[in-house]
Amino acid sequence: MKPAPRKIALIGNPNSGKSTLFNQLTGLRQKTGNFPGVTVEKKTGTLRFSVSADDSASGDTLTLAEATLIDLPGIYSIYPKSRDEQVAVDILANPQHSDHPDAVVVVADASNLQRNLLLFTQIADLGLPTVLALNMLDVADSMKLKVNAVQLAMQLQVPVVKINARTGEGIDRLREAIQSVKMTDSLVSAYFLDPAEKQLDIIQAVKKEYQLDNNYLALQYICQHDSFTFLNQGQREQLDGLIAKHNFDKTDFLAYETITRYERLRPLVQKAVTTQGDSEQPAWTRRLDRVLLHPFWGYVAFLFVLLIIFQAVFAWAEYPMDWIDQATANAIQWTKYALPQGVLNDMLTDGLMAGIGGVIIFIPQIAFLFGLVGLLEESGYMARVMVIMDKLMRKFGLNGRSVVPLISGVACAVPAIMTTRSINNPYERLLTILVTPLMSCSARLPIYTILIALVVPDEAVLGILNLQGLVLLGLYLLGLIGALGSAWLFSIFVPRREPSYFILEMPTYKWPRWSHLGITMYDSVKSFVLEAGKIIVAISIILWVLASYGPGDSMERAEEQTLQEMANAAPQVREAAVASAQLETSYAGRFGKFIEPAIAPLGYDWKIGIALITSFAAREVFVGTMSTIYSIGGEASEDAVTIRERLQKERNPQTGGPMYTPAVSFSLLMFYVFAMMCMSTLAIVYRETHGWKWPMVQLVYTMVLAYVSAWATFQLLS
Amino acid sequence: MLLTRNVADLKKGESAVIKSFNDRDMSLKLLEMGCLPGCEVRLDAVAPFGDPICVRVGGCYCLSLRRNEAASIVVE
Repeated sequence: MKPAPRKIALIGNPNSGKSTLFNQLTGLRQKTGNFPGVTVEKKTGTLRFSVSADDSASGDTLTLAEATLIDLPGIYSIYPKSRDEQVAVDILANPQHSDHPDAVVVVADASNLQRNLLLFTQIADLGLPTVLALNMLDVADSMKLKVNAVQLAMQLQVPVVKINARTGEGIDRLREAIQSVKMTDSLVSAYFLDPAEKQLDIIQAVKKEYQLDNNYLALQYICQHDSFTFLNQGQREQLDGLIAKHNFDKTDFLAYETITRYERLRPLVQKAVTTQGDSEQPAWTRRLDRVLLHPFWGYVAFLFVLLIIFQAVFAWAEYPMDWIDQATANAIQWTKYALPQGVLNDMLTDGLMAGIGGVIIFIPQIAFLFGLVGLLEESGYMARVMVIMDKLMRKFGLNGRSVVPLISGVACAVPAIMTTRSINNPYERLLTILVTPLMSCSARLPIYTILIALVVPDEAVLGILNLQGLVLLGLYLLGLIGALGSAWLFSIFVPRREPSYFILEMPTYKWPRWSHLGITMYDSVKSFVLEAGKIIVAISIILWVLASYGPGDSMERAEEQTLQEMANAAPQVREAAVASAQLETSYAGRFGKFIEPAIAPLGYDWKIGIALITSFAAREVFVGTMSTIYSIGGEASEDAVTIRERLQKERNPQTGGPMYTPAVSFSLLMFYVFAMMCMSTLAIVYRETHGWKWPMVQLVYTMVLAYVSAWATFQLLS
Repeated sequence: MLLTRNVADLKKGESAVIKSFNDRDMSLKLLEMGCLPGCEVRLDAVAPFGDPICVRVGGCYCLSLRRNEAASIVVE
């Protein structure tokens, strides 16, 4: 029988190159999921070994050809500071956890060895078989530090492997070291720091009560029982009782533990690391920081980076998006005629394929955005952006780390919300997710363009500025104000669970590795298509059904009646009229009529109501629906001018005047600035917050905001 | 000298030696990130609007933290 593959956990400080090493070890053989029961992203991958025949003979070593590698969240110590970090500790302390590793690879930044070894000594004291991977030796080198791995291995009593996660140097030796790690019991021969030295009684009591044989694990029960998912309420209270009985002061002990570990590490590091001259961060990092953190030039540089991102997402991504659009249209057209006519054909093409098209059209933007954000992160610049934006963001309950998603939101809220993962405070991350969709995304652009062209004269202001352009800019600014204002509002009503802090290590600047950027792009696209895509496709099919069917034989009757009425019209006009009449009688049409009383105060009729409903799949559907309803030809025309002309001709049955007055148009614009008319965004928020609660809060909030602003606009202008 | 000085009081480019912390919870976080009593800190950079600040710890790596967080690090 083949045993289940061994589980190896990868652990290390943030910025130690852990993710890079993970990519290096697993390549594209990775899976993104979630840790069971918690909302923390989990990355696992397959680690392949080369097995020779005599290797597989011995029993107690890792001789499988494969192992599962688990990437744990980056932590500075075993005492977590955020919920992401809790996961790592929960897994390490619980042998019954499905992800509990058989061995651990600790990645350490060799240029800051003493601090990185703190975590290592804690992991080793837990009794987990450990391999130490020394990374960033090139940085240490440039700081004139020489690390003696053999010396270190002797002192720490573990295998130590020098690697370069960026170039792949030493990776094979690391693989071998992982493979031959002894899978002995978790008995520690010598603790680096034995908590029983100072707290013998309580450690003994806990060990006896929970049948533990590791003193350090017993300490974790004492210090972290409230966050350990594997302990029940009774056990937690019992541990609280023990703490009270023994007068255990957690903060004091943790301070003692950290300081003592550092004290014991110092001579050890001094022996293994030789300094040749003055050690400093690389000179170019300091030089770059002088510009990029500068009160003036820092912002100039940031604006320039923003410009490039906008350019990529709006201009460069347009070409591949056009190809995808065209390819989807061709595929739908081809399928429509290749397969026999009928309901199945319609559902396959107009429902399913159109839905899939709506998903894959986002791929270029997602890939570009994640590629660029990954580039900024890998190079170390992102940390600087967070620093220069933190004070501003804090005023609105956000964090310097919220800047990236807000910027990305101007392209598309879907990838933007995916980038909130880098915000490690869950509260600030949630706030950022809630307000990011208020940033005007690219899908709103077609709606803005048409409605502005309808009511705003195309004239110059102050000689150089175009009035239509100014209105457009105003709408984008309104979105930004809406986002920041809402964050502030949410921060008043949603209680903050954890205090905000901003202690952030500033990494040195590095050249990005292109292959890792490729993996990042591939991974984000894959998880978007697979996770959010499923939901978008499902909703598209539902919408198609609602727009294609009506109760009883009403659809057929509408067709007959229209055909009779328009018997003399040209076939094309007749077809269009039929489509329009059928839409009116379909479930979607009936729903439009049904909600008409609700949207009448905003100045809308049932036709706009249908567009509001269908554009819920995606905002850009609005234009398509309008063109169907006002029946310009049998199918949705892309020609904005004709739609505009048709909209201009549309009469309001009550007043006899034009339907699209400035009041109605501005009311609609307001509605689309604030309303969360996007299934994909709801789907991604569901995925990222792991439940329907927050997407629903967000939906209701933005709808109310949109409704009230649209109503106020209409009432003021009419 | 009046009372105590903390890292938030440092001028740009000024160095000092960490003496203690005045916020227990913050001190754990800072200790784990390598800010140890006896360690040298230098105020390296100040973000626009004066907050957050960047300090170099022990001469080898750079931490960015908010002013109120830096104020919990007492220096000699």
